[in-house]
Amino acid sequence: MNRVIITVVGKDTVGIIARVCTYLAENKINILDISQTIVQDYFNMIMIVNVEQSNKDFSVLAAELEETGKDIGVVIKAQKEEIFDRMHRI
Amino acid sequence: MINRNEVMETNEMIEKENLDVRTITLGISLLDCADETIEKLNQKIYDKITTVAKNLVSTGEQIEREYGIPVVNKRISITPAALIGAGVCKCPQDFVQIAKTLDRAAKTVGVNFIGGYSALVSKGMTKADKNLIESIPEALSETDRICSSVNVGSTKSGINMDAVRLLGEVILKTAQKTKHADSIGCAKLVVFCNAPDDNPFMAGAFHGVTEADSVINVGVSGPGVVKTALKAARGSNFETLCETIKKTAFKITRVGQLVAKEASRLLGVDFGIVDLSLAPTPAIGDSVAEILQEIGLEYPGAPGTTAALALLNDQVKKGGVMASSYVGGLSGAFIPVSEDQGMIDAVKAGCLTLEKLEAMTCVCSVGLDMIAVPGDTKASTLSGIIADEMAIGMINQKTTAVRLIPVWGKSVGDQAEFGGLLGYAPVMPVNSFSCEAFINRTGRIPAPIHSFKN
Repeated sequence: MNRVIITVVGKDTVGIIARVCTYLAENKINILDISQTIVQDYFNMIMIVNVEQSNKDFSVLAAELEETGKDIGVVIKAQKEEIFDRMHRI
Repeated sequence: MINRNEVMETNEMIEKENLDVRTITLGISLLDCADETIEKLNQKIYDKITTVAKNLVSTGEQIEREYGIPVVNKRISITPAALIGAGVCKCPQDFVQIAKTLDRAAKTVGVNFIGGYSALVSKGMTKADKNLIESIPEALSETDRICSSVNVGSTKSGINMDAVRLLGEVILKTAQKTKHADSIGCAKLVVFCNAPDDNPFMAGAFHGVTEADSVINVGVSGPGVVKTALKAARGSNFETLCETIKKTAFKITRVGQLVAKEASRLLGVDFGIVDLSLAPTPAIGDSVAEILQEIGLEYPGAPGTTAALALLNDQVKKGGVMASSYVGGLSGAFIPVSEDQGMIDAVKAGCLTLEKLEAMTCVCSVGLDMIAVPGDTKASTLSGIIADEMAIGMINQKTTAVRLIPVWGKSVGDQAEFGGLLGYAPVMPVNSFSCEAFINRTGRIPAPIHSFKN
């Protein structure tokens, strides 16, 4: 398992999840968990995904997700899970 | 599995509170570069650094992308140059050639600083040590990325007062030679007592002789994170205050440990240590002074500052040591004046003086750091300030350092501009009563007694 945390933050609009999920599906990235809320018109989503099957290098995935975000006016960040794991788990 | 709040907390630390990895420093031993001629030595130095550190910068950038955390500096520390050049450098100018080679190597691999233009002279100076120290003004004025340090004292061997006297003059000469840029050369020269072998932070980093051939040392930083955490603990008792600092330091250090291990794996170089120091930058909110204010001081320098700093430093260490398997370097709160907006404000408000800073260094490394003083300060006065600070380190078995900048042509009330991470600093007044007769004595201060502690 090669887990990555994707965070999507920005002004809410139609089709954010669709765009992100389409990209993930096209790149053989499996979604393990999604949590999403809207706070004062702001869209906030955290996804845990498995990038093991993907053919693309992590840095390419992260850059393309960032670009996708710019297209739809949200900020998309992809980070390897370890940084959160190390900080919050002993 | 990681939950939403944890993800948000980490990302807020990075995005809003300036959490970053301050430096990945690759220590490289140059002992095996010694050769018969200075040309061959220089070639070997250049080749070794550009080979071992070839992927340092790209690795730092890769880690940045993978974890989404800024790795601000990628740097190199080397074996003290006085040792490498001892065989072939017969005069200060010969050492300057080594400095230029190091500078060229640093530029080739793309690191912003290379530390280790250093001499270890706590008990005595060899000819090479003396030549290197005398070459410092020229070396720092003719290169861009060299950092220099001299260890002039230790708890085990006392203080080499001949070196202290010499360095007062060297600092003034360096100031004069770099006067076009507010004497910035002095910002790259540190005088140490009990210098650690594995410090990743500039300008005092060098790769000690007890170290392996190459090693990765990492310095994390997050004064803004500690400050934000303390906001939630306003008005609480000391127990809660200390717990909050400890927990935050733990989280910050865990990130450092992760980055250090990953850098070590990617570069194929052993992991050395994580340095727990809280290191400020001139950015707003990235300030150790603001933590002290959050603890309850109007400005650092107010009565209670030494106690608050002692508490802060100790809790950072207590939280940090559990987070990393190997802790080393300086591991203390840094209190540079120029690199910390809160410290600058305290000096401008008239709250913080050189004498109070000296008291603060008794409970926290690293020492009198990045302090601008009038350009007409006498060499013996600089030596006197150095001697005082070295004595604090020697007696208290801790690392202390002095990085003073006598800003050429400027006096109290003026401001020195260094730019970038070095920031700017108001010129501070110095006690101008003479210590010349004391400094002019030759020899060394004997090692202190290690018993009857009072």
